[in-house]
Amino acid sequence: MINSILKIENLSASYDDKVIIQNINLEFQKNKITAIMGPSGCGKTTLLRCLNRMHELTPNAKVSGKILLESTNLNDNFMELNSTDPILVRRRIGMVFQRPNPFPNLTIYQNVLAGYLLNGIKLKKQEADEIVEKHLNLVALWDEVKDNLKKHGTFLSGGQQQRLCIARALAMEPDVLLLDEPTSALDPISTQRIEDLIVELQKTVTIIIVTHNVGQAGRVSDFVAFLYLGDLIEYGLTDTIFTNPKNLQTEKFLTGKIS
Amino acid sequence: MNKTSFRRIKNDTYKLGLILLTIISTVPFLLILFFVIKNGIAVINWEFLTSLPKPIGENGGGIINGLIGTGILIIIATIIAIPIGIITGVYLAEYPNNLLSNSVRIVSEIFQGVPSIVVGIIAYFWLVKPMGHFSALSGSFALALILLPMIIKSTEEMVKLVPADIKEASLSLGVPYYRSILKVIIPASLSGILTGALTGIARISGETAPLLFTAFGDSFFNINIFKPISSLPLLIFNYSISPYQAWWAKAWGISFLIVIFILILNILTRILYKKI
Ligand SMILES: Nc1ncnc2c1ncn2[C@@H]1O[C@H](COP(=O)(O)OP(=O)(O)O)[C@@H](O)[C@H]1O
Ligand SMILES: [Mg+2]
Repeated sequence: MINSILKIENLSASYDDKVIIQNINLEFQKNKITAIMGPSGCGKTTLLRCLNRMHELTPNAKVSGKILLESTNLNDNFMELNSTDPILVRRRIGMVFQRPNPFPNLTIYQNVLAGYLLNGIKLKKQEADEIVEKHLNLVALWDEVKDNLKKHGTFLSGGQQQRLCIARALAMEPDVLLLDEPTSALDPISTQRIEDLIVELQKTVTIIIVTHNVGQAGRVSDFVAFLYLGDLIEYGLTDTIFTNPKNLQTEKFLTGKIS
Repeated sequence: MNKTSFRRIKNDTYKLGLILLTIISTVPFLLILFFVIKNGIAVINWEFLTSLPKPIGENGGGIINGLIGTGILIIIATIIAIPIGIITGVYLAEYPNNLLSNSVRIVSEIFQGVPSIVVGIIAYFWLVKPMGHFSALSGSFALALILLPMIIKSTEEMVKLVPADIKEASLSLGVPYYRSILKVIIPASLSGILTGALTGIARISGETAPLLFTAFGDSFFNINIFKPISSLPLLIFNYSISPYQAWWAKAWGISFLIVIFILILNILTRILYKKI
């Protein structure tokens, strides 16, 4: 059964009147992993940043169309993100960036809690400890850092930092987690660990991952969307598209003829 | 003579030349420092630090009025300049190219080049005249005007150094913009901002000219910021232009204190700078 959590209708986005993505229609399935793939510069990051309303923070950036998120309010099925406070949108849709970006002046412990601390949300010591342990466990980092929680996050390796950033996003208990090429700055072993982690996490959160790595999309995702020059070319089950792409561009991308 | 040894001789000659020039250019500074320490240290004692000046002819007396005055002037100048400077600097870094930023940046840069006596005159016309008398407040205001552009500049530079993805990380957690600035951007650049502030404080702690027609000076113990107040540089000025040898000695003593103060600030600055 189809169970959408996030829908995009006629979404277009531009910078300085230069259209980057146009008329995108997509539905993301709850607790599934959707990969957005496509060659560099085709607008994957832009699309992702529209979803948590980060795109509009760039000067001269414009968005049109609708983004609908499953509502927590039982009376409405969906809420329109354009008319929702961006602060609330970002608390329900977390984001992990291409380069690991833990807060340099916070400790590992504080980094996990950053969403609470920076927003001035008060937590009891025990509550805070629980959130930290739970989410560091979720990203399989607890055993590696439990004795160094008071150290700064920047001392960790790149892969550990990225897992810390995932924990930081998860600690806010978002419904959707956006990952923008989360492993592109990492070595193969760290990449492998993050991919395993992503597959594991879909039980708790809906994942949308941008990647221009075909192999990664194949390994982790249930659905793929293929973007090319700002258009959504093809969308469907990963298995179907990988074995039987309908569009010539998709096939070329999958076989490495365009990148 | 083969090529290598020729090159070695050339290298050594240049090196020697550089060392010599360095020494020559440092000698005047070292001499000044030497005289300040030699003449100053002899004057420093408990009475000098803790009592008021005595009239000419009487022995002893101190400079507590100047110490307190300089302390008050610097503290108030800092209280005025730091918040405004940080806010302005953050604004310039966040909105680097709009009309307001460009104008503020130009004005601030011009101000950095204005002779400090001119700043004193500005403070005179803006505060002393309307208030009808000299005051510590107007002196602090003049010093704040000198400090402000330095803090604006260092804040702007330091905030620009904070990686953009740190701010994005904060915003993506649903932290409002102003809180991201306050809780992420400013803390991440704080040691740099404070380094700039300390350098500025070191600079204003020796300023005399802008105080001549603002704080004016006072030979009594005063902590009322609406009254004229003494300051160490003003005392140096007054004592050293006097005809009395006993007063010249005092000027040396005060110079010594200021040099020590600036030295301490510099050491603090270096410690902070390492943390950037
Ligand atoms: N801040 C910006 N201002 C102007 N153009 C931008 C900006 N960010 C990205 N672009 C342009 O938008 C296009 C798509 O970028 P992006 O969404 O980052 O692509 P991808 O993530 O697929 O590599 C690129 O041509 C890029 O140059
Ligand atoms: Mg990208």
